[in-house]
Amino acid sequence: MQNENLVQISFFNQLMLVHPRKKQNERSEASVQVSEYFVNAEGTGDKVNLSDLLGTVEKTSGASNKTKKQLRNLQSSKETLELPLNKQQTEKIQRGIAYEKTTAEVSCWKNIILQNQKAEQMVFPLNQESSGPKRVEQVVAGWKVQTPLEQEIFRLLHGSRQPVNDPVLTPVEEQSLKAMSLEEAKIRRAELQKARALQSYYEAKAKREKKIKSKKYHKVQNKAKRKDFLKQFDEMVKTNPEGALEELKKMELSRMEERMSLKHQNSGKWAKSKAIMAKYDDSARKAMQEQLQMNKDLTQKMVVPSDDEHESIEEGLETVPDFVNDPETVIDPVNPWMRGQLTHEEPEVSCVTAEEVQTAEEENEEEEIIGEFERKRKLRQADEEDLIPTEEERKKIQEDVSEFNTLFRLMRSEKTREGSNQTRGGLNTAGEEDEEGLLSEGQIRVRSIEDLEVLDEVVEPRAIEEPSAPQTAAAEATSEPPHKKKREINLKEVLTKEAKAVRLPFLPTVVDEEERDEQISIIKEAFAGDDVISDFIKDKSRQEAAGRPAVVDLTLPGWGEWGGVGLKPPRWKRKRFRIKTAPPPPRQDQKLPDVIISEKRTASVASHQVSQLPFPFQNTAQFESSIRTPIGSTWNTQTVVKNMTKPKVVTKLGAIIEPMVKEDFIKSKTTSAGDLVFLSNCPEKINFIIFFCCKP
Amino acid sequence: MLVFGFWTTKICNTRSTQQNRNVLFCLKKDPFPGEAPIPQKQLQKFQRGKKCKVPAGARERLKEAIAISEAMSEHAQKQAARYDLLLPEDAGFLEGDEDEDTNTISQADIADAVDITSGSKYFNLHLSQFGPYRLDYSRTGRNLLVGGKKGHVACIDWQTKDLKCEMNVMETVNDVKWLHTEAMFAVAQKRWLYIYDSKGVELHCVKKFNDVLRMQFLPYHFLLATASATGFLQYLDVSIGKEVAAICTKMGRLDVMAQNPHNAVIHLGHPNGTVSLWSPNQKESLVKMLCHRGAVRSLAVDKTGTYMVTSGLDRKLKVYDIRAFKPLHSCFLPAGASCLSLSQRGLLSAATGEIVQVYQNVLGSNPVSKPYMAHRLRGQIWGLAYCPFEDVLGIGHGEGFTSMIVPGAGEPNFDALDTNPYRSHKQRQEWEVKALLEKVQPELIGLDPGQLSKVDQASFEQRHKEQIEALGFDPLAKDKFKPKTKKKGRSSAGAIEKRKRKVAHEDQRDEIRQSVQERTEREKELKEKSNEKKLGNKSTLDRFRK
Repeated sequence: MQNENLVQISFFNQLMLVHPRKKQNERSEASVQVSEYFVNAEGTGDKVNLSDLLGTVEKTSGASNKTKKQLRNLQSSKETLELPLNKQQTEKIQRGIAYEKTTAEVSCWKNIILQNQKAEQMVFPLNQESSGPKRVEQVVAGWKVQTPLEQEIFRLLHGSRQPVNDPVLTPVEEQSLKAMSLEEAKIRRAELQKARALQSYYEAKAKREKKIKSKKYHKVQNKAKRKDFLKQFDEMVKTNPEGALEELKKMELSRMEERMSLKHQNSGKWAKSKAIMAKYDDSARKAMQEQLQMNKDLTQKMVVPSDDEHESIEEGLETVPDFVNDPETVIDPVNPWMRGQLTHEEPEVSCVTAEEVQTAEEENEEEEIIGEFERKRKLRQADEEDLIPTEEERKKIQEDVSEFNTLFRLMRSEKTREGSNQTRGGLNTAGEEDEEGLLSEGQIRVRSIEDLEVLDEVVEPRAIEEPSAPQTAAAEATSEPPHKKKREINLKEVLTKEAKAVRLPFLPTVVDEEERDEQISIIKEAFAGDDVISDFIKDKSRQEAAGRPAVVDLTLPGWGEWGGVGLKPPRWKRKRFRIKTAPPPPRQDQKLPDVIISEKRTASVASHQVSQLPFPFQNTAQFESSIRTPIGSTWNTQTVVKNMTKPKVVTKLGAIIEPMVKEDFIKSKTTSAGDLVFLSNCPEKINFIIFFCCKP
Repeated sequence: MLVFGFWTTKICNTRSTQQNRNVLFCLKKDPFPGEAPIPQKQLQKFQRGKKCKVPAGARERLKEAIAISEAMSEHAQKQAARYDLLLPEDAGFLEGDEDEDTNTISQADIADAVDITSGSKYFNLHLSQFGPYRLDYSRTGRNLLVGGKKGHVACIDWQTKDLKCEMNVMETVNDVKWLHTEAMFAVAQKRWLYIYDSKGVELHCVKKFNDVLRMQFLPYHFLLATASATGFLQYLDVSIGKEVAAICTKMGRLDVMAQNPHNAVIHLGHPNGTVSLWSPNQKESLVKMLCHRGAVRSLAVDKTGTYMVTSGLDRKLKVYDIRAFKPLHSCFLPAGASCLSLSQRGLLSAATGEIVQVYQNVLGSNPVSKPYMAHRLRGQIWGLAYCPFEDVLGIGHGEGFTSMIVPGAGEPNFDALDTNPYRSHKQRQEWEVKALLEKVQPELIGLDPGQLSKVDQASFEQRHKEQIEALGFDPLAKDKFKPKTKKKGRSSAGAIEKRKRKVAHEDQRDEIRQSVQERTEREKELKEKSNEKKLGNKSTLDRFRK
């Protein structure tokens, strides 16, 4: 059969050779050798369908269901396969992928390279064993016990786990210290996880809430917060008074800030637009009033909660128009710390005075006025109680305030007319007055009418006398004797400066003849140049003149005017054509009348100096300070010299410097499986690394 | 009278290190953890310059560079302060009994009171024949060179009184000076400058240097500076035998000369009362200052280069601060001072006629009062010099030479690698080689010895300008502030401008802020001081006074 087949094939071949264009009709029979040239689809028509080929699969029992299903899907899909990418594009993609891979590979060296570049000294070959003395265990590690005696000793040593060469702790102890039990670690990890999760939830929530733009929502939120805070504060007052005080201080601070800022003052863009609208729009008016109310609320002074009966009175007293506080009272520069004390104690004082004023039996005009104030204030409070005052009410308030102002002015004028301190004298006892005097040394902030009186009487006279004293003191402290600029040398200053005669233990004896001759010669020499000082001044002025830059004269005589002998160019010309160069920097000896310092630059040192800033430095000062410490052994101890001048690269003589191996530096880090896989992907050695490391 | 030992040794209390080591299983705890603390005073002594702060927006590399250099200098400072412990010697001093002035104590008394070796440091050499003598001690303080006006030159190991050489040069001798070692010295004779070795053999006759009156040797530059009668200041490099500079001062006869050991600047005194400062690099004087109404007779500069003492024909003695060129104080000496000398520890000796006076605490702000010591000699004094590392003052006068004991004059601690009084022949040779290798070039002489460690500002600026021209921008300039773009219409042109204005002149503002802060602090201090003064009159116990 096979032979037959072979014969047939050869026959066909011959046929093809004879009639190459003739289509061959093939028989398809099962055989070991099947030529692709002889396959045709003669029997079934022009095309072979996939279903024809796969039809038998369904029937065969050996094929798995999965493949059958896949094949069925394949059959049902009508899409044609995509055209494969052309060569250039595939190569490009491959290149990109290859680049990424190699960068990942190489960049794992980045850290070590950076570290080596930064290192003050590199010792090659890397990873040398330390040359110092080794521990016994390290030496012994490779050594095997042989004799029975050694065996016994080692059993003893290792059995007890005793420290071999004087470590502080035994290895067991060390281990126990280091280790943490598994359960403990697990619990700890879980706790941390939970905490982290909670934190992230909270953060997310806060972020979400912060993003909400609704003003109303925030308003409500804030209000709730405030309420909550107040509640807490009340509790805190009972439980933790110190904390409460702290909180109070914070509140005070926020109040101050509020007072300083322009918030809620109806001065913003929005407020202005509302003000225009207010005439016609009721809601705009309301909004404005709300703002004002907010301001009032926020700037209201917090009252220290106390169980005193004065509290109510204080509250009453507190609302005084702001203009009272407007003029800043004199700050006492001598003891500014008194200020704090005063503000702290002041309400009490005011209380006392208020009470006493009320209880005083003397009836005078002031009393009447105060009474009137009381009445007005009550009225106003009543007004304020309903939160949204109508237009009429506002007008009323304004009227009140204006009336209040006039009253206030009236009172002041009366006060000055009286110009006495009879009321205070009558009211306060001597002791109190003493106390008052002590307290009133600082700035007084007036909050109530009663304070105003005190202010009038006590502070004003002080205000006149106070500033003069500190000013003089300051002048004494700061002013130095004004340095007059003198051209002439003051003889008293330069030469005969407080010469002190010195007492001698021995008096000089009579001069010898020889000496006398010498003295005469000396004296002659001395008086050769007669006026030493004037000579010196001349010399100095000459030097100064030489240092000044010359004026360049570019005037052309006779250009645009008459010229000739004895004619000067006009002023405008001189002004315009005489070029003055910028004056040189002031001389070093400007303020030293008896010294001439040469301004010449010495070029000799310049050739040895650095004239270019080395790389990392940005200015000369940095560089100069970096080289300010000498490195020579004349100025330093031996160790420091060695340390300062140690070479950047040290190589061991005769040792082979192997290229860096990845395992050497990464072994400390590798713990996870991913790293290990990655490691196996990396090339074992990278030769070029060594060059990076050696770079100084 | 009490003379406290010349070099009294400090006894240091070392930390008790004997700790019981009975620790077996409990943790050992170091009772003194960390390094031993260094006293602030000692640290301050070795501080060099100010620390550099890392600027706010510095790059990483700059930060690292600054951090490394700062750490290094701090380490050096600490180590130096730690090793200061190894300089245990202390200066001695003289203390009189009650109502006894120290200046009335005679040299013989002192020599009797101290130990024999110290006592032997007071001696006289009677050399009346070739009179008045100039002298010079070698840098180590072992050898003494004396030169008589009439030609007598001798060098002696003064402690053993071993005469090295003695000769008469048969010519007027104006000045004598040791060169870098005790093997060579220079003699300024009537016409030329001669150099001899320690055996008295003439090595050189330097004919370029004529009519020399005074000489100074700059040891670290190997320069011999000479001042001549013709008004020339010349520098001779003794290591290569070359004249480095010859400057015509145009100031007449130069017979007053001193050197500033701090910066190797030569000070010259002139007949018109001025003192001028010179370096070999500049043909004109660095500084000229008017010090006296008459001629300047003598000059001395202290070791640190801070103070200068001058005396003039107007019989004044003046102390100047030569960093600021300002007079500190002056005093009137009835006899005037013909010679001045400053010791290593700042004692001033002045020769007034036949008497040598030694003053203490002259350098500084407190004025000169009575002398610390005084000694009378016979004959006019011509030379005064303190012996380095010894409490000895050498005086050359008309009748010979006198060595005088001045407790507290010499520096008790010497640098054995630089100037070792006890060095052997071999050590000296070794030192010579090292010193020659470390020779400082004469170009580096200037008023500021730290000039070398500074950037050459002029050429730096020039180069920077050129760089800007080449690049088209300033590489060292701070980049301009660029405000971030914000959304919701906040990046309008106006808003951006406003934000820019907020940061404009920020560095200038910083400076102003700093200066204002300093001023307020100063004012505060002054105020506190005045307050203290006010309170000083009243004490807390005053209230109980009746």
